[in-house]
Amino acid sequence: MRTSRGTGSDMRIVLASGKGGTGKTSLAVALAETLPAPLTLADCDVEEPNAHLFFPNLGSAKKEPVELPIPQVDPELCTGCGACSRLCQFNAIIALGGSKAMVFPDMCHACGGCTLVCPAKAITEVPRSMGEIEEGFWEEGKTLITGRMDVGQAMAPPVIRKVLEKACGNSKNILVDAPPGTSCSFVTAVKSADYAVFVTEATPFGLHDLTLAVETIRELTVPFGVVINRSNGDENLVTRYCRRENIPVLLQIETSRRIAEFYSRGESMVKALPELRGPLLDMVQTIEAALTGGA
Amino acid sequence: MKVAITTAGEDLSSPLELRFGRATAFLIYDTESGNFSRLDNTQQLNAAQGAGIQAAQAVVNAGAKALISGHCGPKAFQVLKMGKVDIYLAKGGSVQEALNELKEGTLETASDADVEGHWV
Repeated sequence: MRTSRGTGSDMRIVLASGKGGTGKTSLAVALAETLPAPLTLADCDVEEPNAHLFFPNLGSAKKEPVELPIPQVDPELCTGCGACSRLCQFNAIIALGGSKAMVFPDMCHACGGCTLVCPAKAITEVPRSMGEIEEGFWEEGKTLITGRMDVGQAMAPPVIRKVLEKACGNSKNILVDAPPGTSCSFVTAVKSADYAVFVTEATPFGLHDLTLAVETIRELTVPFGVVINRSNGDENLVTRYCRRENIPVLLQIETSRRIAEFYSRGESMVKALPELRGPLLDMVQTIEAALTGGA
Repeated sequence: MKVAITTAGEDLSSPLELRFGRATAFLIYDTESGNFSRLDNTQQLNAAQGAGIQAAQAVVNAGAKALISGHCGPKAFQVLKMGKVDIYLAKGGSVQEALNELKEGTLETASDADVEGHWV
């Protein structure tokens, strides 16, 4: 699914971090404001999307539901043979001792296997709401797509996939705001990216979670670099780690009260410090060069 | 009748474990013969989710008609009911003490899940 890596256009960059609260969204929004149109900003932090706070007046905003097909058992037809129960890897459908099959919708990953394997054709699929996506533009050629999980829902990847699918359909440069952590939702957001930018902070906690994210992304073989946010100097524990691990430090953004003040009003760091635009563009050029040069 | 009891131990003198889905093991005790076997549950202990459902299936498949544990969540409860397993809640003590209480009829019967699911 990689989008023509190396052409310098139609590139998918994902902003991730490991640790939460390091500035993924801040950087994603700053890049989205700095890079030329057309582009799509895809907010895949679907448990708590917040990029939209920076763009309160989206044009032509429209919402779409995200649904998964989950099994529904017809008790008239079910023979209680248990074939569905034995197949399901997620314990989402259970039939024991000849009893009719019982569905646990929140365990279901919607693989469709039980429907296929049922010899009595007792299972049909019904849509279950997982969340919604919202799409709109904040300026000509710049689209924001936000994924939002339903309250009480535990599975983020289906909503993330829908956001990415929608963003790919737009076929432009895509900036992905990934969820924190290194679990399924992070992997879903990151795995088909051309390049991952890990936003971290120069603290032991930031470094710890960065290390986990690095271990994960090396398994996924997505090229990556690091941005150190709220940095207090060029040399710190994260730069030392990156040097040891041969990871490029793409940018250091110094601690700035002005950025925080703007942020508190829902305004981006490039509004606070327009001089950041140059280094941000340089960073994207570095990424493009790394991808085209195979570095 | 076979009775399943949650425990981290090896025999009847071991303390009862209060959690069900993520119990370390079950002792499957046969009230007629007085014999018991140990059914390991560590796979569920480490499961990300669905531990209660899986553990309940294991208990049903072991042929138990009664379960003694500390708590039982909603999904496990449904599966145990489906498998026609009666659920008894104990507050602690050893496996043997729980079995004695079952025999004396002093254990509380669970007519519904007594705790919420863990991740919804």
